[in-house]
Amino acid sequence: MDTMRDRFIATTSRLLDEDPRLALVLAEISRDGFRRAEERHPGRVINVGIREQLLIGVGGGLALAGMRPVMHTFASFLVERPFEQVKLDLGHQGVGGVLVSAGASYDWPAGGFTHMSPGDVALLDTLDGWTVHVPGHPDEAEALLRHAVAGDDKVYVRLSLQANGEARAVTGDRFLTVREGRTGVVVAVGPMLDNVLAATEGLDVTVLYATTVRPFDGATVRHAVAGAGTADVVLVEPYLAGTSTAAVAEALVDLPHRVLGLGVARRELRRYGRVDEHLAAHGLDPRSLRDRVGAFLRR
Amino acid sequence: MTNTVENAARGRAPGGPRDDLRKDPRKDPRDDLRKDPRDDLRELRRLMSLMTGDEKHGPAATSTLDALWVLYDRVLRVSPATADAPGRDRFLLSKGHGPMAYYAVLAAKGFLSGDLLPGFGSYDSPLGHHPDRLLVPGAEIGSGSLGHGLPLAVGSVLGLRARGLTDPRVWVLVGDAELDEGSNHEAIAYAGPAGLEQLHTLVIDNASASFARPGGIVARFEAAGWSAQAVDGRDHEALYAAFTRPHPGRPRAVVARVEPKNA
Repeated sequence: MDTMRDRFIATTSRLLDEDPRLALVLAEISRDGFRRAEERHPGRVINVGIREQLLIGVGGGLALAGMRPVMHTFASFLVERPFEQVKLDLGHQGVGGVLVSAGASYDWPAGGFTHMSPGDVALLDTLDGWTVHVPGHPDEAEALLRHAVAGDDKVYVRLSLQANGEARAVTGDRFLTVREGRTGVVVAVGPMLDNVLAATEGLDVTVLYATTVRPFDGATVRHAVAGAGTADVVLVEPYLAGTSTAAVAEALVDLPHRVLGLGVARRELRRYGRVDEHLAAHGLDPRSLRDRVGAFLRR
Repeated sequence: MTNTVENAARGRAPGGPRDDLRKDPRKDPRDDLRKDPRDDLRELRRLMSLMTGDEKHGPAATSTLDALWVLYDRVLRVSPATADAPGRDRFLLSKGHGPMAYYAVLAAKGFLSGDLLPGFGSYDSPLGHHPDRLLVPGAEIGSGSLGHGLPLAVGSVLGLRARGLTDPRVWVLVGDAELDEGSNHEAIAYAGPAGLEQLHTLVIDNASASFARPGGIVARFEAAGWSAQAVDGRDHEALYAAFTRPHPGRPRAVVARVEPKNA
């Protein structure tokens, strides 16, 4: 199977052929993959070198000039390093753009903490009007990317090497109901779905699948809670634990409810190794998830 | 410093854009044929005083005034009628601090009503102490945080070029101390080798940067492959000549030197 990043390169290269309004801004990362697109569209595939403030500033300027910019690098250098550019050069200027990241929370554990970005979605949560897509499969990444490019708004597409075995028919807004049950609702975000399904096998819980987390589909959560008969909600997110607990609380503001936010811990592990070792360290492997979800719902 | 004001009006026919510079915004501008073009700066200062409540402005408040006026009066191909036209020239005020001179020029050129000036900085006014492009007619960007305009200008040039619009020019005004911000250097270092001829940076140099070296600004732009020149920032004819000098295949930087901020 190709990776989400492979699919991003293939899809964006095709979209550049189709849409003269589209421009891609790179800061060296993934440049090799876009070599052919750069030759075909030298004015619209723009590599600015290792300059991430300029990466976002150029995207804002392109948008001001009437283009639809896609900006891409690793998440830590796309959202965290030039955060003020994201805030001002897009949001404050009142223009849109598509940020497409690679690397996620720990796609390259051997690369260490400098290349980990568990806080990207939480950071964007401090800003107004961002749509955040967290695909769980390359097919979903392609669908969500096409959805994002077609609009005019501010969109973050968070790609990862972690992926589920099969793609779902994602819509670009609503959560999907994957399983229905009566003792609780588990919201699995993007690449967390397979582990959540394995962890909740045999449990009488509803599993929702979220690939578009902002805006947060509170209506579907409310509906699931009503169907389950208990307002116990577990979030399993592939980034900072608790990133969406406030969104759940807002969706259920008029109902007594409980929320458990699972995800990547804030504590810096200072470990290298493999993705599965980091999943286990953060309690996001199927066995840990089953223990934590089970303990929460039994209470 | 007023020795070249008359040059700003040279060659202008009555009824041209500069007649928007009127004492009473409700008055028919055609009635206001200027006898003495020196009125330009006098009128701009009067408009500024509507914001500051002060007839006298220190050098810091007016550091950008002459260069802005020469740009808007003689160089930029943009007017209130073409403020949204794809082929207009763009002026990006990156140094958003002390925008009274900018608002005064926009009012003088008819982009915004002079009636708005007295509300400067108040809750209901679109005119803040840093400009917001969504509120100020004619403002291409919102600014205030230093170091954002030049990268946005680079992107604007790339976007215009991608759309086949190679005629419009993009100007960005930065302060000499603003160049301390590293984001500018990402933009300067990229734009020179990329050959962005449509890009123009106006540096207002009032010697406000700490750790500056004499000639450092021009040298830095030139090292990155820009066409660069320093001029007297109060001399309208020198500014005009520097603004309009050809620079084929290269972006252009003009360093306008004015009185030191802390002199």
